[in-house]
Amino acid sequence: MYVAVKGGERAIDAAHEWLADERRGAPDVAELSISQIREQLSLAVNRVMAEGSLYDPDLAALAIKQARGDMIEAIFLIRAYRTTLPRFGVSAPIDTGAMRCDRRISATFKDLPGGQILGPTFDYTHRLLDFALMADGAVSPEVKEGGPTDAVPLPHVTEFLDREGLLQPEPEDNTPPRDLTREPLDFPADRPLKLQALARGDEGFVLSMAYSTQRGYARNHPFVGELRIGRVAVSMDIPELGFAIDLGEITVSECETVNQFTGSKTEPPQFTRGYGLVFGQSERKAISMALVDRALRWEELGEDNVGAPAQDAEFVLSHSDNVQATGFLEHIKLPHYVDFQSELELIRRLRAEAMMASTGPREAAE
Amino acid sequence: MSNLSENLERQARLSTMAQAPADRLIALCKSAGVKVPHSVLRAPEIGTVMVRGRAGAVGAAFNLGEMTVTRASVRLNDCSAVGHGYVQGRSHEAAIYAALVDALCQTDQGSALMASVIIPLQEEKAAHEGARGARAAGTKVEFFTMVRGE
Repeated sequence: MYVAVKGGERAIDAAHEWLADERRGAPDVAELSISQIREQLSLAVNRVMAEGSLYDPDLAALAIKQARGDMIEAIFLIRAYRTTLPRFGVSAPIDTGAMRCDRRISATFKDLPGGQILGPTFDYTHRLLDFALMADGAVSPEVKEGGPTDAVPLPHVTEFLDREGLLQPEPEDNTPPRDLTREPLDFPADRPLKLQALARGDEGFVLSMAYSTQRGYARNHPFVGELRIGRVAVSMDIPELGFAIDLGEITVSECETVNQFTGSKTEPPQFTRGYGLVFGQSERKAISMALVDRALRWEELGEDNVGAPAQDAEFVLSHSDNVQATGFLEHIKLPHYVDFQSELELIRRLRAEAMMASTGPREAAE
Repeated sequence: MSNLSENLERQARLSTMAQAPADRLIALCKSAGVKVPHSVLRAPEIGTVMVRGRAGAVGAAFNLGEMTVTRASVRLNDCSAVGHGYVQGRSHEAAIYAALVDALCQTDQGSALMASVIIPLQEEKAAHEGARGARAAGTKVEFFTMVRGE
């Protein structure tokens, strides 16, 4: 319960002024520009776009600056801004098969058509602090380019298994999916709704859920069939034109897991799939999403519910959103004076009654 | 010219302008002198488009997240050609220029604007893609097999 409290305005103004100064930091240090954040903290920008659920690198960079680098605060700012915009429509599903890949690796096939392309990865770095980045005027090394690339799209690894019939089929379905931004989360949730929630869910939460499946809480034996990161066009039908145009281009990370599956009451032995798709370069999140997606599919595949948290759609989806979580968590710091007064009175009364009950007879005997 | 090929051309130029960096589109339009009397049918408006993906890349459609898009529409005063502009991001100016170029491409200035705005944007995109593709190819793993037991 809340009660109207007035009188904090001057304190709030002063706090906000101080916040602005702290955000700026020492005035003798150059101020960060939005383009510096966009270009040099691009993975932070990617995360804010993915979980803010709005692809706009400049806005995400602004949000990071305004939030002093607090990612959940930045995601909150993006979510709030998004609600002020009209929606022009929905795109055709993006064609990740036509992706122009910066990175494309498979943990299941060494010699896949198109090859293993490492891209700009942290893998194989030694995780030693590079003090050269602390020094000014670092010289960038010479660019090593490969041969000219044939612009043919790289085939999805799952296509090979699909052709042999070893992989659970994924029938195309164009039913307009439910949309979490338009209707409250409601159960039972179908797979498209789960995928939307996971795509905008907190990276740390989705990672932990995925990790729990690897440690044995609903283990699903995943192989990274393919992980690809690159650019895809976004196409939408424009009613006034009568045809579709490419409205833009976005970078996405996609992970397809191939999971061992010995068959169930309803399905023959075959490989099954988990799927992760995330805005920006964000492979940790994409892999995590694929593992959690697969764990949540137990019911549709006729697997046993072993009672693991990652199998519980209601648990996973209700707690994956960090803006929702932070809002509810942090509201308890706001004035609850009246609630607390009533609790205080209750405890005092109970204590007095308990004291009376325990000490009463003795007093009477005296 | 058939309606179909006109539509294809229009689709290509609108897609090119939508994906181009806003500052490049604006700069090329300014240097091409895209400045004609027109009335604004739809003032530049920032909005979003919900981007969809598919489960397993091929299956059920789902909502991935939104992206920002700005759109505008204009009508040229002297020939009443209507142009629509859609650009990724939040630039009012780029959306108006895209609409103006779209309208002017329906007039006898079409081929001049193709040469001064659309084709340069396409070439810049191709060059950028080529450079990134070459860079990616440089990180392609060339496995070699160790011969054992000889």
